[in-house]
Amino acid sequence: MAEQTLVDDIAIISKRWKNKEGSLIMALHDLQSRFGYIPRDAALELARQMEIPLARIYEVITFYHLFKLEPPGKHVVSVCMGTACYMKGGEKLLEKAKETLGIEPGETTPDGEFHLQVARCLGCCGLAPVVTINEELLAKVRAEDLENHLSACKGKEEGKGDAS
Amino acid sequence: MTSEMNMEEKKMIKATINGIEVEVAEGGSILDAARTVQIKIPTLCKHPDLDATGACGICVVRNKANGRMLRSCCTPLENGMDLLSEDAEIVEVRKTVLDLLLSRHPNECLTCARNQNCELQTLCADFGVRRETLPNIVPDLPKDDSTKCIVLDPRKCINCGRCVDVCQNMQDVWALSFLNRGIDTRMAPAGDISLAESPCVNCGQCSAHCPTGAIVEYEETDVVWEKLHDPETYCVAQIAPAVRVAIGEAFGQPIGTNMEGKMYAALRRMGFNAVFDTNFGADFTIMEESAEFVKRFTKGEGELPLITTCCPSWVDFMEKYHSDMIPHFSTCKSPHEMLGALAKTYYADKMGVDPKKIYMVSIMPCTAKKYEIRRCNDMSSSGCQDVDVSLTTREIARMFKQSSIDFVNIPDGEADSILGDYTGGGVIFGATGGVMEAALRNAVWMVTGKVPEKPEFEAVRGLEGIKECKIDLAGKEVRIAVAHGLKHVEEVLDKVRAAKTSGGELPYHFIEVMACPGGCVGGGGQPYGVTNELRSKRAAGLYKCDTECAQRTSSENAHVQKVYAEFLGEPLSEKAHHLLHTHYSTKRAYQR
Ligand code: SF4
Ligand code: SF4
Ligand code: SF4
Repeated sequence: MAEQTLVDDIAIISKRWKNKEGSLIMALHDLQSRFGYIPRDAALELARQMEIPLARIYEVITFYHLFKLEPPGKHVVSVCMGTACYMKGGEKLLEKAKETLGIEPGETTPDGEFHLQVARCLGCCGLAPVVTINEELLAKVRAEDLENHLSACKGKEEGKGDAS
Repeated sequence: MTSEMNMEEKKMIKATINGIEVEVAEGGSILDAARTVQIKIPTLCKHPDLDATGACGICVVRNKANGRMLRSCCTPLENGMDLLSEDAEIVEVRKTVLDLLLSRHPNECLTCARNQNCELQTLCADFGVRRETLPNIVPDLPKDDSTKCIVLDPRKCINCGRCVDVCQNMQDVWALSFLNRGIDTRMAPAGDISLAESPCVNCGQCSAHCPTGAIVEYEETDVVWEKLHDPETYCVAQIAPAVRVAIGEAFGQPIGTNMEGKMYAALRRMGFNAVFDTNFGADFTIMEESAEFVKRFTKGEGELPLITTCCPSWVDFMEKYHSDMIPHFSTCKSPHEMLGALAKTYYADKMGVDPKKIYMVSIMPCTAKKYEIRRCNDMSSSGCQDVDVSLTTREIARMFKQSSIDFVNIPDGEADSILGDYTGGGVIFGATGGVMEAALRNAVWMVTGKVPEKPEFEAVRGLEGIKECKIDLAGKEVRIAVAHGLKHVEEVLDKVRAAKTSGGELPYHFIEVMACPGGCVGGGGQPYGVTNELRSKRAAGLYKCDTECAQRTSSENAHVQKVYAEFLGEPLSEKAHHLLHTHYSTKRAYQR
């Protein structure tokens, strides 16, 4: 990660949240959305820009399970559990994903290929139930197809087809 | 505001505990109230220096009106409360808390640095805990001795929170934190790195406040014994000001008793070839530092305010967090480093001893001095490392106990006369304000040619976090600030920064900082149990010693003058600069 980009990326986040009461969690959310986890150098830079001790930042990161200190797997699988998806079988999809990958939500497979997480509503309820694998959105997924989708991306580069 | 007015403003709360009437100012806790009538409710997390958190739950008492149990440390006394500090159930609760703590604590008392001095051990003894009622599952966490000053053993941590509060709030360093939550909560350096990679400044205040053996000094007594038993090594020792008025506590003596005579004698019996006194080094520091101040103040050569640098934790803190202040820092080394350099040059030469054979042991109230002796190349100005090892008061007390010396009854000895004589100015170094007071005495002498008629500068004494005053130095006003406890530093420095930016009048000309609350008397390596009362009594011991000195101003130290005449020339000479001064640089707070 180039130093200057990091500083700039975090400037956006810290500008948004600095000196706002109780905003550290929100800033960390932004950070995690940006990087998929909270890299140490990003946490240090956030500490510097927001003038919050690193100790406090790590207290918050380790207190809430949703923050990750390790990079997630190469392919981030999000199963939507918004109301619509839930109603249309999201839970079955999650079970299937857990079974296929052998991990719980929030965990990464030992080979680092997959990271499983539960998503809140992704805003495309008409396509429910929805699963995303990296940037790719899978609509009206059936549990029996999920396994194929997953094995299809094994070995591929993150988020892209293997065309290049 | 006078304290009388304070009393009037504060409403008094009356209640009874165990049928005894108590009265405290509004807001006072049940625990504090109980103490005023000699009811000693046990606690493991509450420390008199720190705010209550109610973390341990051992201090419960019963409210008789509704039968409810309250945590006495964090419950304010209310009017008319009728409380009970003990009944069968309360005792059971306390024992259960201990059982739970022991279920996650290693059973290692016999080999623990806090054996016989541990608050958890004492409570288990007091409550007659005779067997483990719960299975013992100790978290598998490694020791961290990366700083070589203090050692973290998180397995022995009971999560009381004192060290984290001390490090974050009393010292403003933020090296320690709690990670995770619930049963997985653990004390760790910020961001789970090693302590040496963290912003830790090695002050040891965490170890001074920890109730158990989870944070202790880095023990180095073995290597000193080895050197003492080696006939080829010429062992020399020096004793810091604050040690002499605290070590007695380890031998049951009243707090503040000056034990220097016993220490000189005991060190000789242990086999030290020479026993010096860091107070002599302090007189040197004052000669150099007041010369530096007068040069900046009267001749305008160098930045004002001048800031003192005897405290290695403060130096490290400044290099990490306030390095814009480097031009303001005195370049003077701390007293024991000056003495170390002189011992391996002037003394070695005079005595015809090979400096390489000299092994200098500093006996300090401080854990950070262990770091300071290797801080940079300047600490080897004599050609070898000027101070070879730095022991804390706690370590030397143990060595005395190991060496079959009846420490309390041994006849008083004397320090060597070369590098051993001192003035009152040297001995008060161990208390907050002491360096400033000694420097002011000497500055008066430098500017007027006469030592001050009244050597006491009362305004810089005492435990107020920031002390400010104005002193008249031959018709010119000198504005002064003294801060101790690192949390007080920023306020003082921010005033200086503001004045520098605006071009306004400087708020101060001279600033003293010591990292530990109370100064070195409250150092991280001193006997356990520090409170403000204890700090005051130790400081009183030093001020008493000062008044008993025939000479009170460092320039009056005839041996100091002799070393200048025979060896160094004059203060701030080239030779003095080489041996007695150092430099600073900006440091990263986090090594990774
Ligand atoms: S910390 Fe205290 S109780 Fe625990 S092993 Fe050490 S002395 Fe024993
Ligand atoms: S030694 Fe001082 S700075 Fe280091 S962890 Fe302990 S309290 Fe914090
Ligand atoms: S290390 Fe000591 S002071 Fe710190 S939380 Fe643990 S028991 Fe308390």
